[in-house]
Amino acid sequence: MWQWFHKLGSPRWFYQISGRVLPWLALASVVLIVSGAVWGLGFAPEDARQGNSFRIIYIHVPASFLALAGYYVMAVAGAVGMIWKMKLADMVMVAAAPLGAALTFIALFTGAVWGKPTWGTYWIWDARITSMLVLLFLYIGIIALSRSFSTRETSARACAILALVGTVNIPIIYKSVDWWYTLHQPATIKLTGAPSMHPDMFKPLLVMILGFYCFYALVLLLNTRTEILQRESRTTWVKQLAQSK
Amino acid sequence: MFQFENFDAFISMGGHGPYVWGAYGLSLTIMTWLALAPLRRQRVLLATLRQRIHAQDQKGGGQ
Repeated sequence: MWQWFHKLGSPRWFYQISGRVLPWLALASVVLIVSGAVWGLGFAPEDARQGNSFRIIYIHVPASFLALAGYYVMAVAGAVGMIWKMKLADMVMVAAAPLGAALTFIALFTGAVWGKPTWGTYWIWDARITSMLVLLFLYIGIIALSRSFSTRETSARACAILALVGTVNIPIIYKSVDWWYTLHQPATIKLTGAPSMHPDMFKPLLVMILGFYCFYALVLLLNTRTEILQRESRTTWVKQLAQSK
Repeated sequence: MFQFENFDAFISMGGHGPYVWGAYGLSLTIMTWLALAPLRRQRVLLATLRQRIHAQDQKGGGQ
């Protein structure tokens, strides 16, 4: 177990193993997202109240899911890096921040565009939307913080602490639609109980969510690999890799 | 079954076309960029490293 843990912490080993998974993740993401998008855009039935604008759900919900799950990935990686001084975990944390920020932006943007024909406004300071905006700022804060220290260790520690403190926001986002019943509709999918959605509408959403999970894993690996190459550029194996290309 | 009578209806989405296509278009553009940006950076990193090694070698058998 400890040997495995130690191995996993080796950037070189991680680079080699992740390289084998990448093509499959890329293939799965493209197939799932393209088929989910075509299904959602053209074949899912129109919503009785919202009309066709509801088709934005197939981007909005998966992006929001991954924006939140991605925050946990970043915070857990930060904690592991801080506690066990694992270099690779710090790299994963740094790799997760821009990806999470982009997905949070997509969630906010698609929400705004969906809001206009549905609620009559692009933006409102509703609890769910405001807490998502806070999430975006947390991600941006971590990106900025990771670039503002000259030593990697101080930078990693500061980012990990901010990421961990920021996790307070996540349950607030989840529960915001129940605690403050404002404009944003309650969750469509719950872990307990059936989704409040017709199966014909729900199936493409499930495909999209799976596709977004694969996409998240793909980009997280790509970003981590970039980080590894950058930080390990003085090691022999990276030099050999550079010369072999 | 395809929900629209023809291609024009599919594009206009009953008046919601700009919103739906705008949301999908921007999101997929950002996602494509997210996947391609690290690949480009890796290529640049390795190319720079290769040049540096090459320059060191020419200086006289390393060091």
